[in-house]
Amino acid sequence: MEEEMHTDAKIRAETGTGSSPRGPGCSLRHFACEQNLLSRPDGSASFLQGDTSVLAGVYGPAEVKVSKEIFNKATLEVILRPKIGLPGVAEKSRERLIRNTCEAVVLGTLHPRTSITVVLQVVSDAGSLLACCLNAACMALVDAGVPMRALFCGVTCALDSDGTLMLDPTSKQEKEARAVLTFALDSVERKLLMSSTKGLYSDAELQQCLAAAQAASQHVFRFYRESLQRRYSKS
Amino acid sequence: SCRTVEPLEYYRRFLKENCRPDGRELGEFRTTTVNVGSISTADGSALVKLGNTTVICGVKAEFAAPPTDAPDTGYVVPNVDLPPLCSSRFRSGPPGEEAQVASQFIADVIENSQIIQKEDLCISPGKLVWVLYCDLICLDYDGNILDACTFALLAALKNVQLPEVTINEETALAEVNLKKKSYLNVRTHPVATSFAVFDDTLLIVDPTGEEEHLATGTLTIVMDEEGKLCCLHKPGGSGLTGAKLQDCMSRAVTRHKEVKKLMDEVINSMKPK
Repeated sequence: MEEEMHTDAKIRAETGTGSSPRGPGCSLRHFACEQNLLSRPDGSASFLQGDTSVLAGVYGPAEVKVSKEIFNKATLEVILRPKIGLPGVAEKSRERLIRNTCEAVVLGTLHPRTSITVVLQVVSDAGSLLACCLNAACMALVDAGVPMRALFCGVTCALDSDGTLMLDPTSKQEKEARAVLTFALDSVERKLLMSSTKGLYSDAELQQCLAAAQAASQHVFRFYRESLQRRYSKS
Repeated sequence: SCRTVEPLEYYRRFLKENCRPDGRELGEFRTTTVNVGSISTADGSALVKLGNTTVICGVKAEFAAPPTDAPDTGYVVPNVDLPPLCSSRFRSGPPGEEAQVASQFIADVIENSQIIQKEDLCISPGKLVWVLYCDLICLDYDGNILDACTFALLAALKNVQLPEVTINEETALAEVNLKKKSYLNVRTHPVATSFAVFDDTLLIVDPTGEEEHLATGTLTIVMDEEGKLCCLHKPGGSGLTGAKLQDCMSRAVTRHKEVKKLMDEVINSMKPK
């Protein structure tokens, strides 16, 4: 099933920009990505999904505190700052999810006794926040040049009371849904790297959502590829 | 190869024969024991042992004013504590990341599974509701803390007895009748099953502390009695295909039956003759 992707090429010096409208077959919101927009971090990216926007910065491989160093691989750290308020237990839980996902793909053994820090700042939250954070983190890691064995992307599915599946739900759809499932999939074999779910659902619905997420991840990975191609083709 | 020098190689030799160093098969759980009502000062309590992993849950009920946006709902507040007593990896001080993640996990399980209908905790809408503080303390950490905590919480909630409370119209004060106590209405029975992924391919059930350390990923499935999933917690780690997930689901269903049977035995033995 081939969808046409109309892409606007907004060329800006020193920044990679990419944006894509919704294809006719998938129901993901409009997403856009901008890389290398911050001067201090080694890599940075801003990922927009509809109205949800997350800014990510990556520092690394850099020096690590002796108490935290691991002798044979890099120490990955994720800091997630919410839009308002102080980070709480929910943020810690999300940080752990994102960190473990990154640890599964980043080739830490190439940089032993170093630290790679991913800092995520929520700019606006209009649904599918965790998936947007994952996408921003991946793009920022790529921008920083951290060696990875695969790319990963986050996809959110919502199931409402009569079992209809919605991909990339808005905040309103998430509130009304019976269950919201977020998956992180890798780019090589579309395997499930991370999953975080809310609400009650059956086993068959889980497999259905997973299949839909795998299909949707194709669009996200294609978008990553195109936006990177566009960025490096003009330099 | 030696267990301390090359733990991963040591484990691989056992996994090739489809068993583990402690003699268990890949899909076998450790001996589970549960003891309810051991803390007399708490309104409900339970002690769960999964092999060496020991978690105790104490539930205290207190009064509170309900939230303004939901005036007829009470609160269930879980807190998981991993003190330095249970393992040398934890230091005293504010809760570390593992404790916070476990607390969030238990809060999600309570919320998703609707184990207690919050409306059942209402005494007087808009004025007075029950708040159940569930404190889970790990006494011995040997892996699979999430399964033990979920089971301890479930057993403790089934053991909770709340006294009858009436609001005196004249004084507008609450009058507690300690002689008349009733059990909580526990609507569903969520049971957690944890797996560890080894070398990206092999899945083992109920990992011990050492196995968790060597694993490349973990997965926890929380299922209720109708086979509905309350939580699929997979914090990163190696990728899994849909087929492997299916195998985990069927193991989770069998585990639910095992745990339910154990729970029923314990609850029946507690009921006054």
